[in-house]
Amino acid sequence: MREFIEGSYAVARAVKLCKPGVISAYPITPQTHIVERLADFVANKEINCQFVNVESEHSAASVVLGACATGVRVFTATSSQGLIYMSEVLFNIAGMRLPIVMVNANRALSAPINIWNDQQDAISLRDSGWIQVYAENNQDALDYTIQAYRIAENHKVMLPVMVNMDGFILTHGMETVDMPEQNLVDKFLPAYNAPYKLDVENPMSFGLLGDPSIYLEARYAVQKTLEDLVTLIPAVGRDFNSVFGRKGIDLVEGYRLEDAKVAIVAMGSVCGTIKDYIDQEREKGKQIGLLKVITYRPFPKEEIAKALENASKVLVLDKAISLGNEGPLFTEVKSVFSAKSPKVSGFVAGLGGRDITLETIKEMVNISKKEQPRCKFLNLKQELLKEEFYV
Amino acid sequence: MSNDIDHFEEHLFVSGHTACAGCGQSLAARLVADTAGKNTIIANSTGCLEVFSTKAPETAWRTPWIHSLFENSSAVASGIEAALRFLGKIDSIRVIAQGGDGGTADIGLQALSGMLERGHDILYVCYDNEAYMNTGIQRSGLTPLAATTTTSPVGSAWKGNWRGKKPLVEICAAHFIPYVASASVGYPQDLQRKVKKALGIRGPKYIQIHVPCPLGWGHESNLTLEVAKTAVSCGLYPLVEYENGKLANVFKVPTPKPVSDYVKLQSRFKHLLKDPAALNSLQEVANKNLEYYGLNKKQE
Repeated sequence: MREFIEGSYAVARAVKLCKPGVISAYPITPQTHIVERLADFVANKEINCQFVNVESEHSAASVVLGACATGVRVFTATSSQGLIYMSEVLFNIAGMRLPIVMVNANRALSAPINIWNDQQDAISLRDSGWIQVYAENNQDALDYTIQAYRIAENHKVMLPVMVNMDGFILTHGMETVDMPEQNLVDKFLPAYNAPYKLDVENPMSFGLLGDPSIYLEARYAVQKTLEDLVTLIPAVGRDFNSVFGRKGIDLVEGYRLEDAKVAIVAMGSVCGTIKDYIDQEREKGKQIGLLKVITYRPFPKEEIAKALENASKVLVLDKAISLGNEGPLFTEVKSVFSAKSPKVSGFVAGLGGRDITLETIKEMVNISKKEQPRCKFLNLKQELLKEEFYV
Repeated sequence: MSNDIDHFEEHLFVSGHTACAGCGQSLAARLVADTAGKNTIIANSTGCLEVFSTKAPETAWRTPWIHSLFENSSAVASGIEAALRFLGKIDSIRVIAQGGDGGTADIGLQALSGMLERGHDILYVCYDNEAYMNTGIQRSGLTPLAATTTTSPVGSAWKGNWRGKKPLVEICAAHFIPYVASASVGYPQDLQRKVKKALGIRGPKYIQIHVPCPLGWGHESNLTLEVAKTAVSCGLYPLVEYENGKLANVFKVPTPKPVSDYVKLQSRFKHLLKDPAALNSLQEVANKNLEYYGLNKKQE
C-alpha cells in the first residue's frame, strides 16, 4: 500500500513487520523518531516484543548482543556519537557472528558538536566487520531493513548489518513509499532460526579467548564471508523483487551510466540530487552518469571497476573525510583501478549538514574539467577559514 | 568409576582451567555455578575468570556461558533476560552476570546501575579480589586503604592505596532492589546460602564475594581461606544482607581480631607493620565497620 510517511516511521514499520523479540536503544538525534515509534508499537501491543530502555548506546548494543545470542531476532538504532560509543561492542558483535540489524541515522561527529548529516559516523566503523548499506530514499531504508535480516541471518553469513539513512534528509523527510503487506514479509523473511545459541539444553560457551593460534583464522573467516556476500546480496535482492515486485537490494546501481564519459560516484541520499543534475545535463546532451554505491561493506570492487570502465573521468563525492588523507570512498574507488588510477578525482562535501546543491555538483564537474584533485573540499568558505581557523 | 569422578561430573564449573593455585575467585565461581544449577545462563565480564576458564577451543563451563567485553556483562545479561521473557522461559531459567571488582565497581558501574534500575530478573555476582589482577595487580575502586598495587605502590610520597573501598554494596542497596549481600569465599556455606536465597527472589540481586588472590595479595596459596576468614573476623570485610534497601542481616563477629592479624598474612600490607599510624588507620576502617553494622554487638 502506498503511504506518505516520514523516513523514521517507515523504518519503524519495517522493523515491526520483521517481528523482532527484543529492541533496545538509547535516544540520540536524529534517530529518536525510529525508536519512539517502536516504543508506541510495543506500548500498544501492536508488536509482541521486549523493549529495553538502556542507560547508554554501549548498553543498547550489549543488550541486543545478549538477546541475539539467546536466539532471538533483535533491533537497535543509533547515530553519530552513539554509534561511536557503541563501537567497542560493534566490533565484538561481528566477531561473535551475531546477525544483528541496526539502523544508523548518519550524522556528523563532534567537535564541533553538530547534529546534522554527513556519513563520518558509519564510515569510521568500516573495519568493524558489519555489513554496511546506504539508502538513497525512504523506500530504500524500509526495504533494506527487511532485506538486512535475510542477509544477516543466512547461516552462511551470520554477520550484523548496519542500514544507513542520512540523518534529517531521510529520517525526517516525508516521501511516498510502498509499505509491504505482513504476509509477504513473512513469506520473504521466516522466523530467525539460530544455528547456535545460549541454551540450557545444549550448553555452549560464547566469546572465548582467541590466542595467536586461532585469532587470525577467526578474522579471516569474517573477511571471507564478507567477500562471498557480493554474490549473496544481489541474490537476496532478486528474491525480494520476486516477492514484492520492486527492485531489491544490490551492490551498486548505475544511473544513465552506459555511455557516460563523466561518472560521479556517491552514496546515500545525495544520489537523488545528483540524478537531477544528470537529467539536466543530459538534456543538454552531456554524457554524464552516476554510480551509486549501496554496499560500502563488502566493498564491491569488481562491480565498481566494471561499471566505470568506459568513463574517462570519475568524480567521487565523499560525505566523510579520513583526516590526514582524503575522502574514504575516493581512496577505495581509486583502489579498484590500476595503481596510478589516472582518471579518478576525489571531492569532499556536505560535512556536518552543509547542503549539497545542484550548484555543488556543477562546481565539482567544472573543477574536474581543469584539474584532477585528490581531496578537494567543495563549498569551503575562505573567509571563515582565515578568520576562525587560521588556515 | 570412583565417587570422586561422580562428584566431579556434578560440577558446572570444572577443573582443567588455568587459574593460579589457591585462586579464591575460581573456588567462589564454582560454588556460585553449582548452587545456581544447570538451568542458568551466565554472562561474564572480561577478567581473570574469563581468561582462565575459556581459552579457545576449551571451556570450563557446563552451563550456557557468554563473554562479550569488560564493562557490559550487566547489559548482555539484560538482553539475555529480555530474550527469555520474549521466549516465555523466564520462570524456568536463571540469569547470572558476573565479573571482577574492576569490571563491576569501575568500568561496569553504569551498566550495572542500569541493570538494577530496570528491574531485570538477574543476579549480579562481583568477585572482589580488590585490584585489576588480570592486567597485573593495578588499583581498582575496591582496593582497600593502604594496600599496595602496581599503581598504588609504597614510595617516598605514597603509602599504598590512598582511599578506602568504594561502598559498592551500599550503592547497589541504594537502588532499593530486593536483595544485596556481601559474602566471602572463606565462608562457603554462607556464600551458597546467599546465592540460593538470591536466586529464589525475582528481580535484580547483587552479591559481592571477597576472594583472596595469592599472587596479587602476596600470600601463600594454601592460606586463601584463612586470609578470607580473617578479613571477616577483623571487621574489614563485613558480611551483610540488604532487603529492599534495608539492612536485614549481618554476620556477627563477637570477638573481632586486630587487623594486624590480617595484615601479617599478606605482603601487600607489609609496610604497615613498620608504620603504626598507618596500621591504625586501617584498624579504624575495621572499627567503623564493626560499629556501623553492629558486627560485634551481642544478639538482642
